[in-house]
Amino acid sequence: MAKTHTILDLKSSKADPVVEIAARYNNRPDALLEILHDVQHELGHVPESSLPAIANALNISRAEAYGVATFYHDFHLKPTGRHVIKICRAEACQSAGGMQVIAALEKALKVKLGGTSSDGRVTLEAVYCLGLCPMGPAALVDGKPKAAIKPSTVDALIKELV
Amino acid sequence: MIKIFIPRDMLAIALGADEVAEAIAVEAAAKKISVQIIRNSSRGMAWLEPLVEVETPKGRVGYGGVKVTDVKRLFAAKFYEGEKHELGQGLVEEIPFLKNQERLTFARAGITDPVSLTDYIAHGGFEGLKKALALSGVEIVKEVQESGLRGRGGAGFPTGLKWKTLNEVKADQKYICCNADEGDSGTFADRMIMEGDPFLLIEGMVIAGLAGGATKGYIYCRSEYPYAISTLKEAIAIATNANWLGQNIQGTEHSFDLEVRRGAGAYICGEETAMLESLEGKRGMVRAKPPIPALVGLFGKPTIINNVLSFCAVPFILAKGAKAYADYGMGRSRGTMPFQLGGNLERGGIVEKAFGVTLRELVEGFGGGPYMGKPLRAVQLGGPLGAYVGADQLDLKMDYETLAANGAMLGHGGIVVFDSTVDMAQQARFAMEFCAIESCGKCTPCRIGSTRGVEVIDKIVAGENRDANLLLLEDLCQTMTDGSLCAMGGLTPMPVMSAVRHFPEDFDKPTRLAAE
Repeated sequence: MAKTHTILDLKSSKADPVVEIAARYNNRPDALLEILHDVQHELGHVPESSLPAIANALNISRAEAYGVATFYHDFHLKPTGRHVIKICRAEACQSAGGMQVIAALEKALKVKLGGTSSDGRVTLEAVYCLGLCPMGPAALVDGKPKAAIKPSTVDALIKELV
Repeated sequence: MIKIFIPRDMLAIALGADEVAEAIAVEAAAKKISVQIIRNSSRGMAWLEPLVEVETPKGRVGYGGVKVTDVKRLFAAKFYEGEKHELGQGLVEEIPFLKNQERLTFARAGITDPVSLTDYIAHGGFEGLKKALALSGVEIVKEVQESGLRGRGGAGFPTGLKWKTLNEVKADQKYICCNADEGDSGTFADRMIMEGDPFLLIEGMVIAGLAGGATKGYIYCRSEYPYAISTLKEAIAIATNANWLGQNIQGTEHSFDLEVRRGAGAYICGEETAMLESLEGKRGMVRAKPPIPALVGLFGKPTIINNVLSFCAVPFILAKGAKAYADYGMGRSRGTMPFQLGGNLERGGIVEKAFGVTLRELVEGFGGGPYMGKPLRAVQLGGPLGAYVGADQLDLKMDYETLAANGAMLGHGGIVVFDSTVDMAQQARFAMEFCAIESCGKCTPCRIGSTRGVEVIDKIVAGENRDANLLLLEDLCQTMTDGSLCAMGGLTPMPVMSAVRHFPEDFDKPTRLAAE
């Protein structure tokens, strides 16, 4: 019996996780950013193929959904690495040696800011201020904050990622 | 039972507060010492985080910069009885950095558990709202106007006047929006309030709702602040349960609902009209003004938009009266400002002082100057769109008018210190680059001017037609200032030109090298 239900559910619109996420917000168009955040949280990125379904649910055009998904730095239309390091590139962290930390990260991971390591393990991104300014350079590593990073502690920071 | 306080602030967590709390709990259990660990807000003394505090009969004793590896030795030294240890800071409230402040907005910082309603009320919470519930909207507006409170987000517009406009306009629905998209580098006061005293923001917004006749509020919080978002959501649920939010607040006829919305990494959404677009689920494109948001705002309805710190100043004003607030400050800058010391400093953190304090008192007195005694070379005031000032300008008084008269601005109160290793041409280039990355693209001076700006600065730095390119840069900056739709393009010239004016030697390196 349970199996039959599963098959039926797959055919119903509820099977699309994106549609379910939109329904969480009562399909309100003003909740589009929240919906995209949830989609990214659950699927790892915002697949371009999910945008028509979102647009349909919110009764907006595909162009509008695409426009929003591509405007904001947070949303990734392509899959990222299994880990994401968001390193601060703003002035306060610069004054505490942030650019040297970024260089050390780029060297250790063999990627440039915005890129993903060739083994698909780590994506390195710039972020502009995490509000940890007195104790920079700062980063968000898989959503966890880190402060007072030094070029010499970069290797340990990468090793911690499993 | 011994009470031990360990902050749940994002910066404390970034420096290991969660692990320290866990290690202390484990060690206390092993030693059979009965402790209660309270995850409090942060005092705002960043260099001491994680700051572990122990309640003693004399007051709270602090231990700064605690690491997991220190925990066993702290127990051996009986820190839980406030005994001496090399990390010991003595009585926390006697630390000069804290003692010499005038904390009105940050009055509860480090003292309370952020999500304890009991703590909040025991420390003066909701006194302002209780008074406001008994007043008319016009009376609340009058109180805020008399306090002289000006918008703490950066523009310094009189808060009471904005509220008056909303109060007077007729509409079936009005909104209160909190701009918590604190994107300026070097600012973190909004984050600390939202994580550390969320009921204060809720109280301020409900009072704004009463003043303007609005029943619905939104907090637009940047996604870079995950802890602020979760704490706000938790606090809103608690406040709603206790009827400080929702229908018929505390048995009155007034109702107010509040919702948190996440930003998505766009700096421009800190511009109020871009924020409104974003709250409506659109690209964060700046709107042309007029109409002002107080008349045509969110979903086309009259809307008050204030910064976190503006809302958070209001409960004190209502509780203690406009005069009590206006007694602080100087000139047309009344009250206190939570200044944020960041960057290359011995002692960074929150310094709430009345307007009129000098930059030197903040940076040298409180901050202790750059790390390891290096000479200070530049200070950026007011975020990435604020001016750089030199070491010779430290006697500037921090108030809106004095700074404006000196080609600088207070912005959101962020103060970022640079030591002698800074290359100011690179800082100017970064300002243009940041504008290019974050521009919404609606107006040409900002969208294209920023990219051209990077190119021109690169040429100047390379020594290519230096004098002509400096003129070109100045002209470009003038165009951006005059022709941009909002402060993004309009103020980017401020860091750029202040760097050129105060640090011309950094834009002349190839010529000087050749001469040598």
